[in-house]
Amino acid sequence: MNLHTLKLKIDGIDVECTEGSTILTAAKAIGINIPTLCYLDGLTPYGGCRLCIVEVSGTSKLFPACATPVASGMEVTTQSPKLYEYRKMVLETLLAERTHICAVCVANDHCELQALANQHGIDHVSYERNWSTNKIDSTHDSLVIDPNRCILCTRCIRVCDELEGVHTLDLKFRGKNADVIMDQDEPWVKACSCTSCRKCAKVCPVGAIYVEGENIETTKIPDVAAFIVERRKRLK
Amino acid sequence: MRLNLTDVEKLPSGETSLKDDKRRGMLEKVLKDHDYQESALLEILHGAQEIYGFLDKELLTEIAGVLNIPHSQVYGVATFYSFFKLRKPGEHVVTACLGTACYVKGVEPIIAAIEKEFNLKRGGSTEDGKLSILQTRCIGACAMAPILSVDDVVIGKATKEVVIAHIKKVLGETNSETV
Ligand code: SF4
Ligand code: SF4
Ligand code: FES
Ligand code: FES
Repeated sequence: MNLHTLKLKIDGIDVECTEGSTILTAAKAIGINIPTLCYLDGLTPYGGCRLCIVEVSGTSKLFPACATPVASGMEVTTQSPKLYEYRKMVLETLLAERTHICAVCVANDHCELQALANQHGIDHVSYERNWSTNKIDSTHDSLVIDPNRCILCTRCIRVCDELEGVHTLDLKFRGKNADVIMDQDEPWVKACSCTSCRKCAKVCPVGAIYVEGENIETTKIPDVAAFIVERRKRLK
Repeated sequence: MRLNLTDVEKLPSGETSLKDDKRRGMLEKVLKDHDYQESALLEILHGAQEIYGFLDKELLTEIAGVLNIPHSQVYGVATFYSFFKLRKPGEHVVTACLGTACYVKGVEPIIAAIEKEFNLKRGGSTEDGKLSILQTRCIGACAMAPILSVDDVVIGKATKEVVIAHIKKVLGETNSETV
């Protein structure tokens, strides 16, 4: 392989990185932290939540850092009042979309959405809230999914497909009606392809998938994805 | 032991699509024409719906199995496009526009009234299979909102009284035909 090295600027700092890297990884390499939600190290970028949005000089368009490849001479801005407001809006719409009541959630204090909302100074939601009342599925021996807390980040779907390899999970419908399904929208206990590996619960950034009766801190290990990818390199 | 993916539950209607041998042969041909390629999933679903009229879980399970695509993925694709029907449509079909204009002009209470009057749920059919309600997105006639259609008849600036009366008429006609 002959990967070229590219030069670009992120927040005024010169960066060199290989062709094909994303803005997010390039920023990380020099210690710049861009907020992310659907992105998870070890999984294919999905580019769905738009929280990682950044500015690129020469265009007024905003780009999702996790899914945008670097280009030579690019000048990227990762923090600005405009981006801050934009990210706030993304977080507030996520909160408004379904029934997020942190105080009664299993993931209270261990939720990535809640943490990001706090970092962005969100203490109330300025949009009309949709109090969803979708059915909770607790048919599985140990796993529970509460769609009302789901932000449709697809981390669970990607980990189940890419790392566990069975692709039990997917999305049905689209837009407002979209939801995570097991096999052909079966109750979880009837989803024959599920190996009960719990990776979905480990990577879920919110309290939508959790292990019944288990301390949430024990369950949530989103780094498991990157860890598995690293360990798998031994197999080659 | 749990991995018996072909043992799907039948739909409540008890309709199983895969019994009919002739249609089965046609499905086989569609699959073969596309070389059993995963990438041809959309075309194959399209062809299958043409043959069977709708795609139930048993049919989707079969297609997923033959193409070796995860079941949830096939189901995801089939539900993503409103073109695909997952249930056997009723003899008569009411289609309600849920586009923004129709929504704002109150299509929702009309749907609810039909559901109540004929005892069925949106997306489903009455027990006798005579009537079903489907939802669609903007059909581009917003000036006439709210819009519903009953079979081929489009009703603009609809009210629940007019639509229900029309459905009753349509259902009545079938009855007199079959008597
Ligand atoms: S437990 Fe494992 S196999 Fe089952 S849905 Fe979750 S990730 Fe997929
Ligand atoms: S269940 Fe959790 S991981 Fe899966 S899509 Fe919803 S929020 Fe994301
Ligand atoms: S983290 Fe980049 S779009 Fe979600
Ligand atoms: S919204 Fe119903 S026709 Fe446009």
